Amino acid sequence: MTATLTPAPTAVLRQRRFRSALKHTGLLVFVAFMVYPLVWMVVSAFKPADQILTDPGLIPKDLTLDNFKDGWHALNRPFSVFFLNSLLVTLGSIVGNLFSCSLTAYALARLQFRMRKLYFAITLASVMLPFHVLVIPQYIFFSQFDLVNTYWPLLIPKFLATDAFFVFLMVQFIRTLPRELDRAAWIDGAGPFLTFWYVVLPLMRPALVTTTIFTFIWTWNDFFVPLIYLTRTQVFTVPVALNSMVDSETQSGVGMLFAMSLLSLLPILVFFAFAQKYLIRGIATTGLK
Amino acid sequence: MLTDQERPVEQPPVEAPATKRPAFHLNRQGRAAHVFLIPWQLGFLLITAVPLFASLYLAFTDYDILNPPEWSGLENFRRMVDDDQFWASVKVTLVYVVVSVPLQLGFALLLALILDRGLSGLAFYRSAFYLPSLLGTSVAIAILWREIFGDAGLINKGLALIGIDGESWLQNPKTALATLIVLNVWTFGSPMVIFLAGLRQIPDELYEAAKVDGAGVWRQFAHVTVPLLTPIIFFNLILQTIGAFQTFTQAHIISGGTGGPANSTLFYTLYVYQQGFVAFDMGYASALAWVLMAVIGVVTALHFLASKYWVFYGDN
Repeated sequence: MTATLTPAPTAVLRQRRFRSALKHTGLLVFVAFMVYPLVWMVVSAFKPADQILTDPGLIPKDLTLDNFKDGWHALNRPFSVFFLNSLLVTLGSIVGNLFSCSLTAYALARLQFRMRKLYFAITLASVMLPFHVLVIPQYIFFSQFDLVNTYWPLLIPKFLATDAFFVFLMVQFIRTLPRELDRAAWIDGAGPFLTFWYVVLPLMRPALVTTTIFTFIWTWNDFFVPLIYLTRTQVFTVPVALNSMVDSETQSGVGMLFAMSLLSLLPILVFFAFAQKYLIRGIATTGLK
Repeated sequence: MLTDQERPVEQPPVEAPATKRPAFHLNRQGRAAHVFLIPWQLGFLLITAVPLFASLYLAFTDYDILNPPEWSGLENFRRMVDDDQFWASVKVTLVYVVVSVPLQLGFALLLALILDRGLSGLAFYRSAFYLPSLLGTSVAIAILWREIFGDAGLINKGLALIGIDGESWLQNPKTALATLIVLNVWTFGSPMVIFLAGLRQIPDELYEAAKVDGAGVWRQFAHVTVPLLTPIIFFNLILQTIGAFQTFTQAHIISGGTGGPANSTLFYTLYVYQQGFVAFDMGYASALAWVLMAVIGVVTALHFLASKYWVFYGDN
């Protein structure tokens, strides 16, 4: 009896399995294709410079760290300087965004005041404002205070809640928190500041984590703003330093360029590995890149 | 989850029952709000509003940063009409936006659909496809792209294996822009993740109902998936279009800041940068920036107008 019944389900099952295997094979090939350039860069960074462009394969004949050693000192300051500069700017930006955006978001989401809707509309609109329309007057402004070649032009905007996207993200998040919590704190005699600090801020952790991750990635990768403000080698951030290596590129420089490019991506890759869950959730909810 | 993006536009903020509170309470909130908003207000004034109007003013002046700006009326805008580089940059940017954004979103949607239906290993594929978006706008990846599409680069090595003798993709004005389009398509992961989240919001009951009504896979796709996904498609379209208009890093690195060969990678923002920060012609650069803003504004507005005809919001 069972013999007459089983053929149909197993056939379906087998077909389904075959289809799924086909799908996975296709996807894996596509993944390999997508990731190939990255893997090629990693491998090339360890190849002797003259083999990088003559041999496109992934298995190096000789391994060497020369590219890293030479690249580290390719400019008239070692890359440790640029990494420290980038770290300083990135950490400063994170602190600035967390501080200013959370204050702003709390006021916009929870406090009653006359201009609230207008302020929120302005915040939304400024997400769409192209940066290029502001950058020239900003540059003139900062250069008049003699702040070119310092990090203030990069950091001051972060402390003034100008990354409107994060304000928006946090407002949306605070709105999902039960209002009863704030109200209970108010009844207990805590003012808006204590309520913010002891009740709302701790509950905002997921939004703060998302903000931290994206501020890190964006600031670490940022090129346009540092390119404009940082013209002396000793204040370069890593992307600006890479750019000036490109300018002086020779054929033997490819290995150094790859080695330093790879190092410049490492912090982001490490961040990606640890914060993947938050990252994916962050993009899914906000559309951040 | 995904509705978060649409909510602020569509729903009024939840009002607290403030009316029953004594007036001093409201005053206290108002005063507190102003303290909370000190950074934002300063930023809005100094970093956004004043620069915005300053650049509007500068757009009508001749200004080289060393001498005070000189009013020149519409001269900057007249100059654009005869400026070949300006038109070249407009063309490059428009081609890039029109070609790379639909391609990128097409890939994103296709992969999201493949990954959506109960496939094992979703987390792995999602991360693998997302990784390029995370790195794609960095200087490092632009450098990598230079070497991939260069004279002796990876692509030509691959072509040589099958007997094709490729030329440098970056030195040829006909193909240089294409390499940057490929780079943008390569970063389809972030819209894909948004599509995946959107697909998950579509209730299973709708598919069940469609099946009961006799709809096959294709009709389910055309009549359930696509209509319900249109708000997300629209959101991604707006976001990626605005982003593509402002592409700078990749073009700067690929061409060494020149926009060459033959202006074929002279992205609009790169031209603004050259005028403003290389030639220090800040009046002209401001005029260019305002034209960019106007174009982005008009394109976004057109998208919103057109969205009435194809974006489907469940509630109306």
